[in-house]
Amino acid sequence: MSVFKDAKHLFVFAGLFVLAFLVFLVVRHYVVPKSFGEYGHYRGAAIGEIASHPIKFAGHQTCETCHSDVLDVKSKGKHANVNCEACHGALAKHADDPSAVTPVLPDTTVLCARCHTASAAKPKGFPQVAPADHSGGLACSTCHKPHSPAMDAGGAK
Amino acid sequence: MNISRRQILILLPAAAVAWKSVLAGTPEASPNYNMSDHWWGMLIDIPKCIGCGNCVRACQTENDVPDGHFRTWVERYHRSDWPMTESGEVTANPLIDPEVISPDGGKEGFPAATDENGKYFFVPKMCNHCADSPCTQVCPVGATFISPDGVVLVDPTYCLGCAYCVQACPYGCRYIHPEKQIADKCTLCYHRITKGLTTACCEACPTGARQLVDLKDPKDPIHEFLKTHSVQVLKPQMATGAKLFYNDLDGSVR
Amino acid sequence: MSGVEGYMYPNEITLYWSVLIVLYPYITGLVAGAFILASLERVFRVEAVKPTYRLALLTALAFLLVAPLPLVLHLGHPFRSPEMYFTPHSTSAMAMFGYVYMWYLMAVLVFEIWLDYRRDIVLLSQSSKGLLRLIYRVMTLGSSNIGERSLSIDERVGWIVTLIGIPSAFLLHGYVGFIFGSIKANPWWSSPLMPVVFIFSAMVSGIAGVMLLYMAITKLRKEKIDMHCVDTIAMYMFYIYIIDFSLEMLDLVHRIYEASESFNSLNFMVHTKLYFSQIVLQICLGTIVPLVLLFLTQVVKLPEIARKYLYVLSGCLALIGVLAMRWNVVIGGQLFSKSFLGYTTYKMDLVTKEGLLVAIGLTLLPLVFLWVLIKLLPPWPEKTVHDAAAAD
Repeated sequence: MSVFKDAKHLFVFAGLFVLAFLVFLVVRHYVVPKSFGEYGHYRGAAIGEIASHPIKFAGHQTCETCHSDVLDVKSKGKHANVNCEACHGALAKHADDPSAVTPVLPDTTVLCARCHTASAAKPKGFPQVAPADHSGGLACSTCHKPHSPAMDAGGAK
Repeated sequence: MNISRRQILILLPAAAVAWKSVLAGTPEASPNYNMSDHWWGMLIDIPKCIGCGNCVRACQTENDVPDGHFRTWVERYHRSDWPMTESGEVTANPLIDPEVISPDGGKEGFPAATDENGKYFFVPKMCNHCADSPCTQVCPVGATFISPDGVVLVDPTYCLGCAYCVQACPYGCRYIHPEKQIADKCTLCYHRITKGLTTACCEACPTGARQLVDLKDPKDPIHEFLKTHSVQVLKPQMATGAKLFYNDLDGSVR
Repeated sequence: MSGVEGYMYPNEITLYWSVLIVLYPYITGLVAGAFILASLERVFRVEAVKPTYRLALLTALAFLLVAPLPLVLHLGHPFRSPEMYFTPHSTSAMAMFGYVYMWYLMAVLVFEIWLDYRRDIVLLSQSSKGLLRLIYRVMTLGSSNIGERSLSIDERVGWIVTLIGIPSAFLLHGYVGFIFGSIKANPWWSSPLMPVVFIFSAMVSGIAGVMLLYMAITKLRKEKIDMHCVDTIAMYMFYIYIIDFSLEMLDLVHRIYEASESFNSLNFMVHTKLYFSQIVLQICLGTIVPLVLLFLTQVVKLPEIARKYLYVLSGCLALIGVLAMRWNVVIGGQLFSKSFLGYTTYKMDLVTKEGLLVAIGLTLLPLVFLWVLIKLLPPWPEKTVHDAAAAD
């Protein structure tokens, strides 16, 4: 056909396009991760991978399994709703192997000041003191028991 | 610790079994966790926050957050009394122009507040895990997404690090991880909540200002809370379907 | 925190979109603008600008080849960029990049250049030697048919390609404007005008670029500049500039009038951090001065030498002004806090992969590519005996 003779180069150009597109489809089939699209436009396996990250804070229920005596004291005092690791730090390693990993007792001078240093910014009803005036530099644990700190509720030492 | 040897011998195996079940597998492999049973969010109770920064530190520990970047942070707002000149002319509107600080994200708490006449309050912030999130909308390849249980996550092996999602987030909760060179942000401690634990920030909060909520769980106290309190979300005009609910949020909060 | 005034959300302090992201819209804008100039002749039959037709196409190609580089250098994981081809997210304007780019490169620009040059390619494949001969032979795609019928088919198909190419050029650059304009989180960017402003300022920069290149290259070839051609180009540049200026002023006036939540913060930013780049460079030197100069050339009958100087000056100012506009959009959009309470600073590095040296290199690289393309596919016929005779 004479049209083909004069337009052959156009068909070659178009043919290259089609070829490139087919190669693209083949490559795509092998390259796109298998779980892509499982739940939406993303790699479904990512959910499981993210969920398998290591845990650093054991969670208070785990602490309470062994340390029920502390729980008994704490649940009757002002710190009833303060979780163990809020003061003691991340202790999943200790829960995993209690005898091998011994937690370090926090320094009450630093620890308690974080929450209880007085500031006009804190809610009015929240117990707060100016540490220098209140204890003259002594550690808080000198007078207060951290697990049940209120002085008149048996928390005095 | 005053635990007797006898107690240890009894409690240790029980604790080990309990702990191992917590560590078990992925949500797909775990027999206990079904994604479609959950729709996660969080409740922040503003009057309870004391700005101690425990949550910021706990999040950094749990999730290896690099210094200078924040998956969660606490802001302190100061709304002063209406400033006037001697002749009684009002010079500023504190509701539009509050003073806000967040020294190192509030990680080591805040300096002492000085204005006895102003209103101060703390606003913890993090990813809002929006149901109609603008950040997942703009991801060019599908590296960030909302999971079937309502948590916005980033696929670290797929993300290009183009930072389009960082630009699209109205709340400033995303950053590019300096070493991994991918987008990063709060994951609602997905690795914990799928195992029955709460998030690191909620675990560490001493006053209960932060509470994880599961909107599909009929036993979750959020349902009662929503009936009895006024809650707000940040930037409601953006219509992001944010699931980070604030109790008693002041109008000056940005 | 160094460089921060007021309050910024902690994660906002570092700018994530650097000077390379300023370059990308600038480069694609030059591509789109150069192509529109080429289409003036091909589709709208503006014969006067024919001397720049091939040069405009080659310029567009040279810049388009460089365009992905700033993006790839910016990515945290450049080798994952094929993901945009394999799993593009249909809700993301940025995901369009892979396909729009490939379409424009292959189905519009390369196709049109090939069709227009095919006769020359076939002749060169027969007359050249060695490696060049091989290159030309490959470019013929196996066909040496340059008969009249074949060339007239090329002409018709080329016309259709250019016709499709015009909206394709708008798409190539318009989607970049949409990438910014569709971000509701950022009030400096979020506007339906953004894609339109981008397109019109792109046309200004592309037309100015081709005009300057034509004048410079003609001078280097020691040929005479076709003033009728340049006068026509300058006229089109003037009209498109007016539209561009009107659109930018509309955006500005609208912002000032509505004075919505972000206004105070943005206004302060423009008057302090962006004062030099926006008010001095973009608006005054980059738009008002060239408009006045071009207006002069349109209403006053000036001698050729005066017009040449005014065109060169306005062209250079236009290129600077449009670059400043891209800077103000990209960098400006990240300098203010989304809390509207503070500002940060852009600390541009010098020698890192997103630093100033790389940016300068990427701006100059298209000129290197253009030089190669001009050598490979000469836009102008060599002086023949016929031309020399005609000059007598």
